[in-house]
Amino acid sequence: MIHFILNEQEVRTSLPEGMTILDFVRYHKRLPGTKTGCREGDCGACTVLIGDFENDQLVYRSMTSCLLPLTNVQGKHVVTVEGINMQQLSPVQQAMVDANGSQCGFCTIGFVMSLTGFVMHETHREYNKAIESIDGNICRCTGYKSIERAAQTISTALNNKPKEKTLQWLVDNSFIPGYFLDIKERLSALRRQLSVNIGDTNGMNIGGATDLNVQKHSLVKKSSLRNLFDDASLKSITKENGQCKIGASVTVTHFSESPVIKEIFPALDTHVKLVSSTPIRNMATLAGNIVNASPIGDMSIFFLALDASLVLNNKGNMRTVKLKDFYKGYKTLDKSPEEIIAQIVFEVPSKNSLFNFEKVCKRTYLDIASVNSAISMTLNSEGVIQDIHLSAGGVAPFPKYLSATVDFMKGKKPDAKTLKSAADIMNSEIQPISDARGTADYKRLLLRQLFFAHFAGYRKEILKELLTTA
Amino acid sequence: MVNKEKNSATDNRTVVNIDAPNHVTGKSIYVDDIPGMEGMLYLKIFDSTIAHGKITSLDYSEAALVEGVEKIFSHKDITGENQIGGIIPDEPLLAEDEVHFMGQPILIIAADTEDAAEEALKKIKISFEPLPVITNPREAFAKGKILSPSRKFVLGDSAKAFSNCKYIFEGKTETNGQEHLYLETQGAYSMPTEHNSVKVFSSTQGPTAVQRTIARVLGVGMNNVEVDVARLGGGFGGKEDQASGWAAMAALVAYVMRRPAKCILHRMEDMRMTGKRNPYSSDYKIGLDEHFNILAYDVTFHQNGGAAADLSPAILERTLFHCTNSYHIPNVTATAHSCKTNLPPNTAFRGFGGPQGMFVIEAAIDHAAKQLGIDAMVIQQRNLLKDGSEFPYGQIVNECEAGSCWNEASSKFNIEKVKKTIATFNNQNDFLKKGLSVMPICFGISFTNTMMNHARALVHVYSDGTVGVSTGAVEMGQGVNTKMLQVAAETLGVNKSNIKLESTNTTRVANTSPTAASATADLNGKALLDACEQINERLHDFIRTLTGNDEDAIKIINEAVYINEEASVYTWKNIIQQAFMKRINLSAKGHYATPIIHYDKTIEKGHPFAYHVYGTSIHEVTVDCLRGTYEIDSVRIIHDAGKSINELIDLGQCEGGLVQGIGWMTMEEVVYNENGKLLSNALSTYKIPDIYSVPKEIDIEFLSTEKNNLAIMKSKAVGEPPLMYGIGSYFAIRNAVLAFNPSSNITYSSPITPEKVLMGLYHKSEQ
Repeated sequence: MIHFILNEQEVRTSLPEGMTILDFVRYHKRLPGTKTGCREGDCGACTVLIGDFENDQLVYRSMTSCLLPLTNVQGKHVVTVEGINMQQLSPVQQAMVDANGSQCGFCTIGFVMSLTGFVMHETHREYNKAIESIDGNICRCTGYKSIERAAQTISTALNNKPKEKTLQWLVDNSFIPGYFLDIKERLSALRRQLSVNIGDTNGMNIGGATDLNVQKHSLVKKSSLRNLFDDASLKSITKENGQCKIGASVTVTHFSESPVIKEIFPALDTHVKLVSSTPIRNMATLAGNIVNASPIGDMSIFFLALDASLVLNNKGNMRTVKLKDFYKGYKTLDKSPEEIIAQIVFEVPSKNSLFNFEKVCKRTYLDIASVNSAISMTLNSEGVIQDIHLSAGGVAPFPKYLSATVDFMKGKKPDAKTLKSAADIMNSEIQPISDARGTADYKRLLLRQLFFAHFAGYRKEILKELLTTA
Repeated sequence: MVNKEKNSATDNRTVVNIDAPNHVTGKSIYVDDIPGMEGMLYLKIFDSTIAHGKITSLDYSEAALVEGVEKIFSHKDITGENQIGGIIPDEPLLAEDEVHFMGQPILIIAADTEDAAEEALKKIKISFEPLPVITNPREAFAKGKILSPSRKFVLGDSAKAFSNCKYIFEGKTETNGQEHLYLETQGAYSMPTEHNSVKVFSSTQGPTAVQRTIARVLGVGMNNVEVDVARLGGGFGGKEDQASGWAAMAALVAYVMRRPAKCILHRMEDMRMTGKRNPYSSDYKIGLDEHFNILAYDVTFHQNGGAAADLSPAILERTLFHCTNSYHIPNVTATAHSCKTNLPPNTAFRGFGGPQGMFVIEAAIDHAAKQLGIDAMVIQQRNLLKDGSEFPYGQIVNECEAGSCWNEASSKFNIEKVKKTIATFNNQNDFLKKGLSVMPICFGISFTNTMMNHARALVHVYSDGTVGVSTGAVEMGQGVNTKMLQVAAETLGVNKSNIKLESTNTTRVANTSPTAASATADLNGKALLDACEQINERLHDFIRTLTGNDEDAIKIINEAVYINEEASVYTWKNIIQQAFMKRINLSAKGHYATPIIHYDKTIEKGHPFAYHVYGTSIHEVTVDCLRGTYEIDSVRIIHDAGKSINELIDLGQCEGGLVQGIGWMTMEEVVYNENGKLLSNALSTYKIPDIYSVPKEIDIEFLSTEKNNLAIMKSKAVGEPPLMYGIGSYFAIRNAVLAFNPSSNITYSSPITPEKVLMGLYHKSEQ
């Protein structure tokens, strides 16, 4: 039994826990405002807002309902467009109308919901944050310029949004209906009735379901599920004695918003922006990306370059495995079916070390990499590489730790000569294949370029030396 | 931007889309939003897993036993003809003995639930005897596989003219396909009605085409088939002809089972089973004199038509009509072949072959310019069309705006300064290079098939004074219903709030042409104008009987009746009530057929277009020469809108069309493997522009003109022309690549993906 609040109404359902919220609201609750565009989280036409407690605060995040299983909304507030409609259009809806931000209308409610999520964020007001909120919404009609103009109007309307009592202000200014004011209390009451239930511990493990529901939706729908997404024991981020420990079910968004993580990676925002889209980052867990073993998994590549380890839990029996040893072949892992990832652990790189993440795809954002790569590197006082880790995606059957290249570079100065030789070695330890994301030749060239790009921000002048003769 | 001076709440030019309030609240109804009726059947399609072959065995006995499966339809269960070909009858609804593309429908499963239908799908057993697969149009042509007779347009004598040319350049171009990616997938919902009839809700641009196809497949009269279209979640040409199959399937099941039936394609089914913009492989030869006048142009197009003709023959024709884009070339020989391959039948897509034709002439000019060491814009500007020029199809250029758009763009956007800024930037940056290009357009308005240029509209004034308007136009986001509302409001003098645009329905407006060719607002608007004027005439006569003076001049403005320019005691409402009591006919059917146009295919000459739309765009891009990625900095456009009746909507069409064109030219890559399998088969592998990839700045200014053309209220058609501006971004990116690597071998092949850019940047010449 899944129990939650849908718009203003409390809902109980015994439908399959793996049924998507999209199907539930459209075909079981007759709320057809939420649209079916792609069923793989790539268009945003089905965007809904999910209200959940984060540190005792009720926080709303946008999610693509086509991937969101019922089990993941247990005890939460699900908001569809019908749940924000009032007598008058909200300022978000009105801005979209006035700017002609809607043509065929099919993608429109997705934009409206994402922008409403932006409006509800306690600190976000700026135009660029409005645009970030719709980075997962695709429109085929407008060319986006009218939507940008609407976002500008909406952002301006938030100038006076207070940090305290934001919800009250939003209700007072007709951004959302008044019933939102009672939701926190209603959810708390509802949660008190719920037994702590993470589902069937022998069931199919499910995190954010952002890949499982794309690849194996019919299986998810049929299976009994073990909800790891809401397992509180898997959601912490800590830093102790130079080690950072991250719970498996931490989402990419939580990771990128964590003060601990932000301090370690000053350029994190630019890196994370390259990873899927806002609604997907709100759903996708770090462990999910790792266990998925996609050869181009962005977060796997990120953690490989930190030489991270995984703590695996088999009903209380823990063991640790290096991430670089975790991948055995295409979608083959050093993990028994009973084991789940509990934690991701890495040594915090020293302050003066280099960390960089690069990714190129057909479309810069909201796309899967043709090739991605990450590096962490520390030099000693003589400028010699003391410690280095380098990873690449899209060039092997699994996320690749470039061990031969790393071995070669250790103990050398990262000058043009070293980098050129390293690029040759790197080229010999990868096996890219041709597919829809590019030919093998392209991927080889691209990885070399991204490898050089790691050093471009670090030593600008080296590029000319590397590439004019390359 | 919209001209600010005209911005006032009462001005028609800034009327917001009438559907918008429902769109932003999720209240607009698309096919899948119509509530299912009791006993509704869900349809799933079993399609071919190979691109070409004979079906040697097919066994669905086990699938038929799945709980909830009501019936599985093969071609044998079709009550009428197994044929859905629009122009040429060469496409079965369900494959019989052979399959010709991967994704070709073979069986329809009708089940009580979607789950049951999906379960049944897995239990169907089929085997094939594979036949050779052809995906390349040149290979198909070499083997004599064509879909329709080849066409040739001849102006002057190019063979002779080449001998007078100082410079001659030859080359090849490739333009890839484009997935429509309407956000709403294909779908239809059908229910049985009395007298052996069906009613069908379809997401189609062509309600009459759907009606005709269903009548043929069921073996009934067209009067047994009612097709209703409220709106589309995007069409872009993909639902002009290709909406018919799914509608025919839903109708067949409803007709045979006497139960409602719904067929909505999953995104991956839609991408796999439907055709795309036709890819083209072309050869050109261009000849210039010493002053860079283009004297001669030979071009041969190999259109990749896919496995059936669909609309390809008509698309092929429009490629020829636009093969010289915005240029006057006195000697042209243009040949076009529609080649049959084992891909899903390719189809209409905004521009309808025009963009494919224009890309080649732009490549030829660029090629010449590069070889001559001059800017392409020198050749472009010099050869722009002028009044009196002759198109290769014999129409004489009239009311030409090619030069005015170019000159306005050049001065307003200060192209000379932009050139200098870019040159300086490129000198100062080693790994960032900027590129510039200019792309003029000229697009003919009318269906190239003259007989299709007619439309009808039905207007009812109800006894309370409210008005219902039906036309043959289909609303698909382009705002045509808003424009229709404006036409009715202005012509009748009735407030917009008292007018309702009805769904497009074949029982109210029959024998419609599809919503296509950018001509929908013109054709339907003029039919609507006719209907409104008929009602006006009756009302004016009636008012004169009230005043007793048949000389009185009557005008109704904002529901107030003016007699001889003076306000009267009469209002719209009370006049309507009185007219109704006096048994005056308050309904009218309007009709319009475009005058002037004609075309003779036997000589390939005539006057096929009511008028042309012009424009000039300037593109600036920056290429990251380390990563091979690019950003489009700006596109600035002077667009010939005529006297726009809705600048807000027309601006939206321009911006949206431009970005769709840029998508086609840059990141949108349709990838089939050699077995004819679509690799870019989902949104995860086929990328259309997102909010970050569109030009950082789009500046569109309308060249406002008020010429004596056939546009509705002199507001020129705007649907397709702006797409072709996108071609300019291709050349700007290419120019930036060459700024980094002047000896790059980068070919004239679109889309110019980051892969092509990076490979081009680092290509080493063979010397």
